[in-house]
Amino acid sequence: MLQVSLYRYNPETDEAPYMQDFSVDTGDRDLMVLDVLELIKADLDGSVTYRRSCREGVCGSDGLNMNGKNGLACITPLSESVKGGKLVIRPLPGLPVIRDLVVDMSLFYAQYEKVQPYLQNPTPAPAIERLQSPEERAQLDGLYECILCACCSTSCPSFWWNPDRFVGPAGLLQAYRFLADSRDTATEDRLAKLDDPFSVFRCHGIQNCVNVCPKGLNPTKAIGHIRTMLLNRAT
Amino acid sequence: MRAALQLAQSGYKTAVISKVFPTRSHTVSAQGGITCAIASADPQDDWRWHMYDTVKGSDYIGDQDAIEYMCSVGPEAIFELEHMGLPFSRTEEGRIYQRPFGGQSKNFGEGGQAARTCAAADRTGHALLHTLYQNNIKNETVFFNEWFAVDLVKNQDGAVVGVIAICIETGETVYVKSKATVFATGGAGRIYASTTNAHINTGDGLGMALRAGVPAQDMEMWQFHPTGIYGAGTLVTEGCRGEGGYLVNKDGERFMERYAPNAKDLAGRDVVARSMVLEILEGRGCGPNGDHVKLKLDHLGEEVLESRLPGICELSRTFAHVDPVKEPIPVVPTCHYMMGGIPTNVHGQALTVDAQGSDAVIPGLYACGEVACVSVHGANRLGGNSLLDLVVFGRASGLFIEKSLREGIELRDASQTDIEAAGARLEALNAREQGEQVSPLRHELQEIMQNHFGVFRTGEFMREGIAKLADLRERVENVALADRSNAFNTSRIECLELQNLFETAEATAVVAEARDESRGAHAREDFTERDDENWLCHSLYQSEGKQVSKRSVNFTPQTVETFQPMARSY
Repeated sequence: MLQVSLYRYNPETDEAPYMQDFSVDTGDRDLMVLDVLELIKADLDGSVTYRRSCREGVCGSDGLNMNGKNGLACITPLSESVKGGKLVIRPLPGLPVIRDLVVDMSLFYAQYEKVQPYLQNPTPAPAIERLQSPEERAQLDGLYECILCACCSTSCPSFWWNPDRFVGPAGLLQAYRFLADSRDTATEDRLAKLDDPFSVFRCHGIQNCVNVCPKGLNPTKAIGHIRTMLLNRAT
Repeated sequence: MRAALQLAQSGYKTAVISKVFPTRSHTVSAQGGITCAIASADPQDDWRWHMYDTVKGSDYIGDQDAIEYMCSVGPEAIFELEHMGLPFSRTEEGRIYQRPFGGQSKNFGEGGQAARTCAAADRTGHALLHTLYQNNIKNETVFFNEWFAVDLVKNQDGAVVGVIAICIETGETVYVKSKATVFATGGAGRIYASTTNAHINTGDGLGMALRAGVPAQDMEMWQFHPTGIYGAGTLVTEGCRGEGGYLVNKDGERFMERYAPNAKDLAGRDVVARSMVLEILEGRGCGPNGDHVKLKLDHLGEEVLESRLPGICELSRTFAHVDPVKEPIPVVPTCHYMMGGIPTNVHGQALTVDAQGSDAVIPGLYACGEVACVSVHGANRLGGNSLLDLVVFGRASGLFIEKSLREGIELRDASQTDIEAAGARLEALNAREQGEQVSPLRHELQEIMQNHFGVFRTGEFMREGIAKLADLRERVENVALADRSNAFNTSRIECLELQNLFETAEATAVVAEARDESRGAHAREDFTERDDENWLCHSLYQSEGKQVSKRSVNFTPQTVETFQPMARSY
């Protein structure tokens, strides 16, 4: 039996959050953490609340904190997360909790929208696609794959302190995704909007974002590129 | 999302109701690509060749006017996506990279395998969905994220004038009034126990439509994708075989050479899936139980795998504990796509049939993507055609609604009684004190569908399944809430979804039993031949009285000659 400790909070009935323990029969299988949550919800307590959709690590719904580390429940096997026979599951840190493992991601999405995450190019489009060489396209690898799960931003102390002013690793990764796109012409405008003490420069290179990204992306590196572009622009 | 984008750009007030944050919808899981004759890989490529392949792939019950529209308008829709920023992979010339996919040919089947599927590595759906969401942000579309549409509101004339929707976070329930309601609610793969589909694919649009008296078309046609990861059900793209991978049985034999000597592993998905099941049934399956086959990729080399199929390497390592660079991936045919759905015309307008048997538009209701049956996929969808379908017909719906709004849409307001009628199901669920829990009921439903309506079907066995479903109906209708909270109550949503799954499953079951022939994905062991005399047509299902009728297939494209039904071989 696996011992699972779950963060519980229902704003309608609970004055404060608490941890609830469950014993789950995993049949000694190396299940994913999401499978364990599904077992709990189906067999032990139907009121346990969390988000999930694709169950294969591409939709970004089930970012959670498992034994102290952020990740996606659907692609985190028990063999990689259980410590000492126990699994502690909490919501992503730093965002307001709506209920149980569901957090309010409004601030996270607002920072994403702030970087204007869409291609800008006012020149008339050709009748076919805009051409882009494989080398130019390769600049987007490691950037466009982000699934907006918020594992990175909610593991970042700078984002915990200033979630309203520091764009955070996820937003900045997307900012750089468009700065790096050979088809985008809004570079100057994008950099101008980021050129303040908080938006980018609150990153202190702690690299928690790199450590937790379930897609193996490197926001710190992208932030480094933006810093260089901002510094070059200033000189 | 493509329809919303079109309408937001036109300046009309547009809202999207989505039960998940928009980039978490199932399109995100599409991997291999979007098939379209943009003439990048082959400058001579022609949309008519793509049309021929799609008609043939559909086993001739795809509507040829709709397929013509999709294939000919497709390139424009793809270039628009690229201009919006979609990060397609590229050729040395800087054009969009296209890979070979199953069922795609040059020169009307005479010129060999075509490379026509536009790709962003093996994450094309992710790239597409994010690009569409990003452009909706740009155009200030209003999003009601984590709101769930419960049922359609119809006025006294039978026109659709909006939906009842519930805010998942707060439980607030409202009537959202609309001059045009577009369903882009996706598929319902969760009617089966083993599926590549996301948890959220519960046929919500089908459920709402059937309860409102809207018919469903070709519901017996479910695609079983040849390569779901054994055990986990997660999808491995057909692009693997497009890049040169192939299937082997326990003897290491490339068995598709026997079943489809020309196209081999790139035959239609229905053909490949059936061949795999036959290998397993005849004792040549892999593993201790001989219940799967393997997909061999290691001969392609690490460089190709990591650059063209990085997501597959990731999924295989996570879910099959197999590194495709070194070993083959265990795979099994897995429920993947619903070819059937709400019948529509090329403008996305939902259709029913009147007393004379003629098509009649249902005012106010539109559908596009997997929930719709326009029908471009007929009895078997070709890989890469689903993304094209949703983009082309999402766009077409938006364009048509924009035009209609300019001309003026006058629908009578719903009365209080109409609104209450639409809210009745939710009211009843909230008021119910006793009943069974959602999870065991869902499990039972999925097992019935898996066992009685799988890759191969027989009448007797299906009738047993239908009887089991009939017993299950009342229990599903009386499902009880384990949790009565208004705060992010996912149990309530799961109950509403279960009822949608049930409507979809029952439609599938009844029509599958009625179509006594084998065509495309619908393979009957008791009727092994295609029967063009009786069944070269769509099936139409009405939930009231569980009636099955027939509807004609369109054989009159506007700019090309009709593709006549022929024996289908690869």
